[in-house]
Parts: sequence; C-alpha cells; structure tokens
Amino acid sequence: MAVSTDTAQSIRSSAGERYKYGFVTDIESETAPRGLDEDTVRFISAKKNEPAWLLDWRLKAYRTWTAMREPGWAKVAYPPIDYQDAYYYSAPKSKPSPKSLDEIDPELLRTYAKLGIPIREQEALAGIAVDAVFDSVSVATTFRAKLAEVGVIFCSISEAVQKHPELVRKYLGSVVPYSDNFFATLNSAVFTDGSFVYVPEGVRCPMELSTYFRINAAQTGQFERTLIIADRGSHVSYLEGCTAPMRDENQLHAAVVELVAFDDAEIKYSTVQNWYPGDENGKGGIYNFVTKRGACRGRNSCISWTQVETGSAITWKYPSCILQGENSVGKFYSIAIVNNRQQADTGTKMIHIGKNTRSTIVSKGISAGRAQNTYRGLVRILPGAANARNHTQCDSLLIGDRCGAHTIPYIETRNRSARVEHEATTSKIGDDQLFYCRQRGLSAEDSLSLIVNGFCKQVLQELPMEFAVEAQKLVGISLEGSVG
Amino acid sequence: MNGGTNGMLEIRNLHVAVDGKPILNGIDLTVGAGEVHAIMGPNGSGKSTLAYVLAGRPGYEVTAGSVLYDGRDLLAMSPEERARNGVFLAFQYPVEIPGVGTTSFLKSAVNAVRRHRGLPEFDAMEFLKLVREKRGLLKIEDEMLRRSLNVGFSGGEKKRNEILQMALLEPRLAVLDETDSGLDIDALRIVADGINALRGPERAMLLITHYQRLLDYVQPDRVHVLAGGRISRSGGKDLALQLEKDGYAEVAA
Repeated sequence: MAVSTDTAQSIRSSAGERYKYGFVTDIESETAPRGLDEDTVRFISAKKNEPAWLLDWRLKAYRTWTAMREPGWAKVAYPPIDYQDAYYYSAPKSKPSPKSLDEIDPELLRTYAKLGIPIREQEALAGIAVDAVFDSVSVATTFRAKLAEVGVIFCSISEAVQKHPELVRKYLGSVVPYSDNFFATLNSAVFTDGSFVYVPEGVRCPMELSTYFRINAAQTGQFERTLIIADRGSHVSYLEGCTAPMRDENQLHAAVVELVAFDDAEIKYSTVQNWYPGDENGKGGIYNFVTKRGACRGRNSCISWTQVETGSAITWKYPSCILQGENSVGKFYSIAIVNNRQQADTGTKMIHIGKNTRSTIVSKGISAGRAQNTYRGLVRILPGAANARNHTQCDSLLIGDRCGAHTIPYIETRNRSARVEHEATTSKIGDDQLFYCRQRGLSAEDSLSLIVNGFCKQVLQELPMEFAVEAQKLVGISLEGSVG
Repeated sequence: MNGGTNGMLEIRNLHVAVDGKPILNGIDLTVGAGEVHAIMGPNGSGKSTLAYVLAGRPGYEVTAGSVLYDGRDLLAMSPEERARNGVFLAFQYPVEIPGVGTTSFLKSAVNAVRRHRGLPEFDAMEFLKLVREKRGLLKIEDEMLRRSLNVGFSGGEKKRNEILQMALLEPRLAVLDETDSGLDIDALRIVADGINALRGPERAMLLITHYQRLLDYVQPDRVHVLAGGRISRSGGKDLALQLEKDGYAEVAA
C-alpha cells in the first residue's frame, strides 16, 4: 500500500498496536489499527453510530470476503496487495498538510493552470487547509435548501443512514449485493462514506448534482459507497469526480455505486476520473477497482453511464445496467485514455431481462506510451427479453507502436427476436493528420489533442456542458509527451 | 537563372531523399515577393516532394543544399514555426479529421498564427464574421463549415476549403500542390478566382501543377519544368503552352 514505512511506524507509536489496546469500545481513537478483521468492521460501524442491521450486513460481507479470492481475469498486472497492511479508517496523512501553493509540486500546479481551475479550488484540491473566507460548506447548504424544496435528498451516505434509515436499508446492496465480487464485498464491509440521493416521484432534479461539491469530493476516502434512487417519473443527473489530478494517500480505491430507477425515471451518471496514474514507469499510481451498477426496475426507465477515464495506474471498472422493466434503456459512453505504463480494463454489462429493452454502448479507447487498454463488455439477452436491441461500437486509437488495444466483447443471446450489433475499429493516429494540423500552425501537442478530441466527440457530447469543456482539456493533457 | 538574387525564397542546390532514395537532385530556385511561379513536370518528377520539404513534412531527408526564407534557414524550423511565419501549403489531398468541426479547426489555426504574431485571439463571433468576409467568391456555405474537417467533402469542396484557409491565414509564401487536380471546369474557375484574389505585392506563390489549364486562369510570372529531380528548363508563361503542345518528353529532355 501507499502508506510509507515511516508513516506505518509513526502510527504504531502514536495509535498503538492492535492487540496492545483493545479498541472495540475505544471509539475516542480516530484511527483503527492497521489491518482488517471483524473488530475493524465493528470499529467503523461504531464510529459511525450505525444501527445493528447495518453492522450485521457489514459483518456478513466481511465473512464472505475472507473466503473470496481476488479476481485474476482482467488484463492487468500488479504486485499482490497485502490487505492486512492497510488502514481502513481515518488513515492519517503521511505528510503534514501543505501551508500554501508554494509547497505544491509545480508539475501539479501547471496542470491546474492548464485546466483553468481557480486558485481557491487549486488550494483545496492540493490539500491545503482552506481559510474561512472560502466556505464551501455554505455553498453546499444553499443548494441543499433548494433541493429540499422539491423533496430531493442529497447527503452523505453516513448522514442518510442516520436520517433516512428506511431508504438505505431498503436499497443498500439491492443492486450490488454484499457478496457480489471481491472488491465490492470488501467495500461493503469497510465503506466509510459516499453519497446518497433520493429523487421523489415526478421530480426533475433542478440542478446537476455534485458540480458544487467537487472540492468536497477530494476528501472522499478509498472505499466510497454511493446510492442513487430515482422514483417514478423522476430525473436526475449526477456528476462524479474531478478533472484535476488529486493528491491521495491511498493506493487502493474500491468504490461501489448503486443506481435504482423506477417507472419512467431517468438517471444520468457522469464520471471524470483522473486519479494519479503513477510516474512514467508506473510507480505509485492508484488502483481503481470499482463496481458500478444500475437497475432499471421500472417500465420505460433509463440509466446512462458516461465516463472519461484518464487517471489511475490500473482501472478495473464495468458500469452496468440491469434492464428489468419493459422498454427500459441502458447507455454506456466511455473514453478511456492510457499513457506511459497505465493499464485499463473497462467496459460494461448490459443485462436484458424485460421486453423491448434497448442498450447502446459507445467505447473510445486511446492508448499511448507503453500502456494497455482493454474494452471488455457483456451483452446478455435473457429468454424473456423479446425484441431486445443492442448496438455496440468500440473504437481504439493507438499512438506510437509500443502500446496495446484489446476489444473483448461477450454476447449471449437466449431470445430469437433479439438483435445485437457489434462494430469495432482500431486505428493508428495518422502522421498525415498531425502534419496537416501542424502545417496550419498548431503545435504537435495541440494537434494531437485536437485529433483525439475529435475521435472522442461522440462521448464528450454526452457530458454536461461545463464538464465537457474541462474533459476536452484533460484529453490533451493526458497525452502530453506522447508525440515528438 | 531564376530572377533576382534577393528572393523571399531562395533554394540552393537542394537534394532530398525519401527512405534513402534520392528524389530531388539539386534544385535551384529563387522566388521574390509578389511573384507567382509555376512548377510543372511529369508524374514522379519530385513536384510534391518539393512542396512537402518546404512545408517541413517529417520523413523527407535533406541530404545537401539550403533553403532561405526571408533570409532565415527554413529547414531548421518546425512545420508549425514555418506555418506561423507565413508558409502555407495547399494540400493535393486534404486530410480528413473526423469529429473536428471545420470552423473550429480554422479558428484554432488562425488563432495559433495570431498568437505568434502577438495579436489578440478571435472569439467565435469575430471569427465567424471573418470567415463570411473571406470566403467571398469561394461559394462555401455555413453548412459545409459545420461538417467535420474534410469528412465527406467532394473533391471541389476540399480544394475550396484549402483556398479559404489560405485566405484566412494570409501567408507570405503559398505553395499550392496540384490544387487544380480533380476539379471540373466550374470548380477550377472558382478556385482560380480565389487564388487570383490573394495575389499581392507582399505574397509569393508557387503553383505546382501537372497541366497547363490552371495557368489559363492564374497567369504565372515564371514557369519551371521539373524533371528527374532538377529544374530542366525555366521560362515565361509561354513555356507552359509549349509543354501542353509538345509534351514533357520533348521539352524537358
């Protein structure tokens, strides 16, 4: 794990070793000792003052997890992770917070400047303690009041457990069960925070959720848990993540996102993921092992996933849709960019259960440096899914001759009336395209950025406007240094 | 033999190889400001190689000789530096860039050049106004500008789009590589009108062409015949007519 030896030692001396102090009842302590066992789970649950049912659920997850094996089928390679050599609650920072931007890596600042991020936000992103003038909490409060007027609940999942336990209990784990997979099960046992959204019947959420919480998002931990419920006829657009590379102490990130859409409801979930990818040799980057799944439970419901994945050393992520309601629609739009030594194995699963269900998959993979990019997608048509339709388009773009692009579609059809289409292309970025742009006065890097943005356009235009503008810049920055 | 000694463009003894194979074998050519020169020659004589070398396309190895542009070493400059300093190449085969709108590409190019010249960049509205002013005779509609760059353009549209770019970028040295190829007579006239509108005392042009017909519309000051990687003959515009009548074999031998 990323926590350095120094830190581990300082924790040992400050917080004490596990068996030296019993900590189950010691909820005054801010940190759970290193390692993971049932006591760790109890500690987290007690810290968060959770009801007994939730602790039981976490413990079931933990016990299931101990018997599970880490999946090995993805086309990614990394050294074994020692899950006992990690902190699962309030892992302290390995360095004191920087006091000002002068103490921040100039490379990081250069990127912030290119993205056009205001100084105040830069400070927050870089982990600088923000002063009283900049009060993001008050902004959040204002927006929350506006949401409350229409009955939308938007809060942290910890708060939801306290204030809306009936909703959390009903839906938590209903899309991604605690026993789902190694990383999701680990998350179920030890998740510490995340977001909760409930949109009541017939309500169109008056704003994009989380735009104004970008800064807060920088504080989220390594095991995030998000739950979004769209009741009948409602509509919500949720934005996750951040274009700016974030400072983070944790190497392993294993988030779970669950979405539930009832009759005629629509959930649009957009992600920009730009966690630290490691240096050019792949050293020190984040492992992003995420489980995201949406259930279209109602008739005519719609869930769309749009993702721009440029960061992390390893990305293992398959945002999926379970199309249960008749006429329900699942969409997956993805841009995955890997450079240097990054590895991405990402795609989606579209499970067609109901009649006339439709799904669309558009995946744009860009590989540069020595990176490996895999699209892995499943389209499954069950016997009851009469007239189901899927269209899949996977385009791969290669920059240079040392990277790789792989497309692995799985198609299972058990209904004769279904129609499933898969198109895939692989191309190399053209020297003639680059030269044409440069002959018109654009630098080599601007030319590359322009061409790659054109390649990604179909996905970028699915993003909410302000996110799209930032994402376009990010595309260019992610590929810096990949052309001469 | 090619006019004044203080040309905007001075090519001296230029030798160029591609993949180790010699293509140009000692070109000497001087083009002064305000002049239009035509380079003619049979297929494979090295015409397009000359155009690409002047624009700085990677993969063309200069094995000997020099090129001065306004007294500066052109060959030491990157393609984008040349472009920003006023060297423009109208491509024989304009390149398609899917997903990149034509207007937004043109705006990026114009603003790259303006930045270099220390001028403020155009915003979307200012740029649209400029395009509407510059497209003048070229019969380019808004609809065409909304499409992805050169994607699904007809041959004529691609060539008109090249001339529009020349009008927008206002180069000092324009190299037009077979801009007349693949055009019907109406399209040829439109393109030729566009070129003539851009002639001026500060601008030099190099028209690379296989046929004399473009020269019916754009009158060159000098005509050079390229054969075997060398300029084998130079003359006035009558030379082009003679080529048309007698063929390259006769004239260039």
